[in-house]
Amino acid sequence: MAHQISHDQAHDPMNVTNPEHAEHHIVTPVQYSMVFGTLLLFTGITVWVAYIDLKVFNPILALAIATFKAVVVVLFFMHVKYQSRLIKLTVACGLFTFTVLTIMTLSDYISRSWGLW
Amino acid sequence: MDNTIASTNALDAQPLMPHETAAHEHEEHGHVFVPQHRHHFETEEQQREAGSFGMWLFLLTEIMFFGGLFFAYLLYRNWYYPAFAVASNQLSVPLGGTNTAILITSGFFMALGVWAAEVRKRKMLVVTLIFTTLFGMAFIGIKYDEYHEKWEKHHIPGAQFDVSDFVNPAANGITDEQPLAPDMAQHTQIFFFLYFAMTGMHALHMIIGLCLLFWLTWRAYKGDFSSGYVAPIENFGLYWHFVDIIWLFLFPLLYLINRHPLH
Repeated sequence: MAHQISHDQAHDPMNVTNPEHAEHHIVTPVQYSMVFGTLLLFTGITVWVAYIDLKVFNPILALAIATFKAVVVVLFFMHVKYQSRLIKLTVACGLFTFTVLTIMTLSDYISRSWGLW
Repeated sequence: MDNTIASTNALDAQPLMPHETAAHEHEEHGHVFVPQHRHHFETEEQQREAGSFGMWLFLLTEIMFFGGLFFAYLLYRNWYYPAFAVASNQLSVPLGGTNTAILITSGFFMALGVWAAEVRKRKMLVVTLIFTTLFGMAFIGIKYDEYHEKWEKHHIPGAQFDVSDFVNPAANGITDEQPLAPDMAQHTQIFFFLYFAMTGMHALHMIIGLCLLFWLTWRAYKGDFSSGYVAPIENFGLYWHFVDIIWLFLFPLLYLINRHPLH
């Protein structure tokens, strides 16, 4: 028994064809090159700033730049900017769980400082 | 999207055969024509998405895995900051910075490889995968050089560890560091332990990735990934970029703690 099945949005009531409504966006080499240049530039900035005495802001700035580079890699090299909400949520869950790891362990140490804190 | 693939791969010379499911044929969206489509997925798009999701779940476990080491670093750097600052200055910023640039370049070639697979350019995919591998191997080479230097200077924690560079820097030719008290000098072993643990675990991940790259490059050369089956290249790219991100954090935290010690 053969019959025509049209799987566009209007005739796909069971949402079979593309349940995640994911767009298949292809990131271009030009975009990748811009990301590449940005990463190298900020690596240079990190090293340059490390030799300047900014007191407490040295580690803050170093981590902020590293975080920015990581975000750029995740969004573009790893395509997450163009992925479905499922993938974006998964990435966010990973960062959340890592935050829980850090905060809970820190609170354990800080509350039982053994004279070191 | 045109899902009828004219395969140019000599290993796949037979025409792709549609098959009938229990009730009716699904020629309109044509998922049965795609060779990598497994039957327990409704569409190839869903399969690709599930594969990405699975790889991200694995990367989440890796975040937690490295997260523990990063936490240990956070704690002991806070407790023994002078030791960490002085020990960090034993690492070479030119080598570490070059390694960072090398790894970023390797990731750039990997991203280009994913693009090449998506637009079905077999030769470009193979070339970019080879460059990814070469830059990855260069990174490991420099890492070996750094480790070797640590071995020669007796900065590997354990019975052979030598604190004299930290207790009496002037006598060992170090002019820009303050000496440390003996107990604080011993805490530099914790820094070096974390240095070897974190960069060592990172290097292990890179070596595993390089082995996978050899296999993927071989399969790409045979044409496995230039007919629309991009998932292995894409998912390996996720792994490789993740390893790159770990190093993007390791570099400032290990190499750049206090590069202006006498200010």
